[in-house]
Amino acid sequence: MPLNRKDLLGIADLSVEEINLILDTAVTFRDINTRQIKKVPTLRGKTVINLFFEASTRTRTSFEIAGKRLSADTINISASTSSVVKGETLVDTALNLQAMAPDAIVIRHSSSGAPHQIAKIVKAAVINAGDGAHEHPTQALLDALTIRHAKGRIGGLKVAIIGDVLHSRVARSNAHLLTKLGAHVVLAGPRTLLPFGLEKQIPAGNGSIRFADSIEDAITDADVVMMLRIQMERQSGGFFPSLREYSIHFGLNKRRLALAKPDAIVLHPGPINRGVEIDSDVADGVSSLILDQVENGVAVRMAILYLLAGGE
Amino acid sequence: MEFTQKAVVMTAGDMNRVMARIASQIVENNPDLANVLLVGIHRRGVPLADTIAAKIKEMDGVDVARGTLDITLYRDDLTTVADRPVINKTELPANITGKTIILVDDVLYTGRTIRAAMDELIDFGRPRRVQLAVLIDRGWRELPIQADYVGKTVTTTEAEIIKVMLPEFDDTEQVLLVEQK
Repeated sequence: MPLNRKDLLGIADLSVEEINLILDTAVTFRDINTRQIKKVPTLRGKTVINLFFEASTRTRTSFEIAGKRLSADTINISASTSSVVKGETLVDTALNLQAMAPDAIVIRHSSSGAPHQIAKIVKAAVINAGDGAHEHPTQALLDALTIRHAKGRIGGLKVAIIGDVLHSRVARSNAHLLTKLGAHVVLAGPRTLLPFGLEKQIPAGNGSIRFADSIEDAITDADVVMMLRIQMERQSGGFFPSLREYSIHFGLNKRRLALAKPDAIVLHPGPINRGVEIDSDVADGVSSLILDQVENGVAVRMAILYLLAGGE
Repeated sequence: MEFTQKAVVMTAGDMNRVMARIASQIVENNPDLANVLLVGIHRRGVPLADTIAAKIKEMDGVDVARGTLDITLYRDDLTTVADRPVINKTELPANITGKTIILVDDVLYTGRTIRAAMDELIDFGRPRRVQLAVLIDRGWRELPIQADYVGKTVTTTEAEIIKVMLPEFDDTEQVLLVEQK
């Protein structure tokens, strides 16, 4: 079964078969990352442009390494050093990049839908690396790969997603993906940061999705506890009184994690705010697979580039 | 795709005899079997390499080391095939430098698969030498590549297809010469 699409814009419109194809392909790429020579000639002569309008270390580096390990030429453009500061519109930037004939454009933008707009006007494969509070599909895929690797399955698992769900594209993409694969997703956080009604927008497939009354309710008997980052850059609205108070009521510590299943795993999309949404002894503890997520991120992005940019 | 069967190239008995001969030739040519690594090329080269290893074990009592190779990421026609092929597992020992590697595949045709396999091997290390064993050589080479061990050489037209059927993938064990309808 091929991935019959030009772009990867979100998880919402992917089928279960497409998700499994991407994850299975990523497993073979994970092996390449353990070889002595971590490079295959698959995308030789292809060009991948990383167009990042928002700050990023992990995702941009991960896409760059993924491209390079497939022998593609990767170019990074960040908004602060591009013509955006001179007032060029998003569409004009995209058309100019298209004129240089890239095979894939990876884009991160603070506006939801920005990658979709670019996908309509360029021939290159467009990969969404995070758009506003909408989707971050490669993050959800690498989370799924990490969960599947640790647990052997995704269907039937209870996954608690905790924190600033309102601003989180990671939570939305994960809610789509995990429910499609049959997991039971429970969302929790401060009530000011929970987008009630979201559960009605997600067709839960074989799984389910609900908001929990408390973080304890969400974590109890969970197989996976996924903490979301408090996005300091988006907290102008007075959603909670202070970081200290947030940490006391909604941070993941050993006591709260003890409510989950004994073999529960802890995930976080990074960068982590130590002592805010997650305590250091949990982030660095045996349950934490935060660095495995980063490792799997490279493999997932190699799979996406292979599947979307490998052809003519 | 539907096929017309034109001939039975090999029966299960023929295949068994031929694999035994290839195994004994490998033993004869490589006195230092401890340094030999049999590498099956996905998909049908993998069980064929297992068969050769089993025959060597019967003959000499030696367990020859084995590996598998998926050449998809090294193909020279990836950009022209419509769907991205599914990638199988490449499993080689950590260090292949200094080894005698015997690549095993079912059919030798254009030689492009073997070119890709050699490129992939070189990315893992510097083998002492690389040899090639195939069940069928059907001609039509597009690269200067020859096999060291050949089960059977078959004259074909370009439109004909050699179908190697193995119990691991098909219901039966035989080699057919077919043509697309």
